[in-house]
Amino acid sequence: MGEFNNNFILGCSAIGAGLAVIAGIGPGVGQGIAAGHAAAAVGRNPGAKSDVTSTMLLGQAVAETTGLYGLLIAMLLLFVKPLLP
Amino acid sequence: MGQGILLSAGADIDFMIHGVFSYELFGQTVWITTTHVCVLIVMLVIVAFSLAANHVIKHASDVPGTFQNIVELVVEMLDKMIGGVMGKFSPKFRNYIGTIFIFILLSNISGLFGLRPPTADYGVTFAMGIMTFVLIHYNQFKYQKVKGVIAGLCDPWPIWAPINIIGDIAVPISLSLRLFANVLSGTVMLALVYALLSKIAIIWPAALHVYFDLFSGAIQTYVFCMLTMTYITNACTTDE
Repeated sequence: MGEFNNNFILGCSAIGAGLAVIAGIGPGVGQGIAAGHAAAAVGRNPGAKSDVTSTMLLGQAVAETTGLYGLLIAMLLLFVKPLLP
Repeated sequence: MGQGILLSAGADIDFMIHGVFSYELFGQTVWITTTHVCVLIVMLVIVAFSLAANHVIKHASDVPGTFQNIVELVVEMLDKMIGGVMGKFSPKFRNYIGTIFIFILLSNISGLFGLRPPTADYGVTFAMGIMTFVLIHYNQFKYQKVKGVIAGLCDPWPIWAPINIIGDIAVPISLSLRLFANVLSGTVMLALVYALLSKIAIIWPAALHVYFDLFSGAIQTYVFCMLTMTYITNACTTDE
């Protein structure tokens, strides 16, 4: 078997980048759950709206981190191209 | 054939960091990049604002003018935010948290003014993560003493210590990567819109700017400062 050429590696990198951003599913579900519970909390106690909102945004931004790691891997594969010889 | 009409092929997608000029230092080539220039611009804006604020507050009047109102609003907002989280430790860390809050906020929204946001460079955010890391551990040793730090490392059992150490090291990395990746994703998205849809990108990218630069930037600033304050407060709190 000969060596793979660069186009093959670039194509595989693109597929890998596509697979890496599937990591966005998790934070999406998590943020949705957080937003849903925050909406329920505001419905039960409308006076605490600003506190609930800021807590929700903080939690959502922390939950987003795992998705951003997937995004970073995709960026590295697409633009830095670490796999090319 | 096969190419969308809207996608003007061959357009340059430009969101990378560019070198402005380079010089030799101890045999190493050191590049001054666009990040340095943007940090310098943001810093000059902050310095000018601070000098003006200092002048206004020194000659403060009983009936505040517009600028004095703005300065008081900013300081009171920061004080309230920091006091709400840090409690009795807030006077010591007000300067640091306020400084990084204003710096990160201005850096994030500098994308609106055509700069490449400095926080979209991992070197900038990692430096802030390192500062937070040093502050956390300095205060941990100062308030909890060596005994408390060792007790904290061996939290459930002593065999847990390596995992706790990894958790400590992960703090600045996750803190800085979160800010970096958020700002970078906005920068890349807008660069793609401007490069690939350049024919029809007339007015509507303003909505994207509002989301990616203003909303996301403000939220991430808040989150970075909030987490920094939480970690430092945890490090300062002793068991008694």
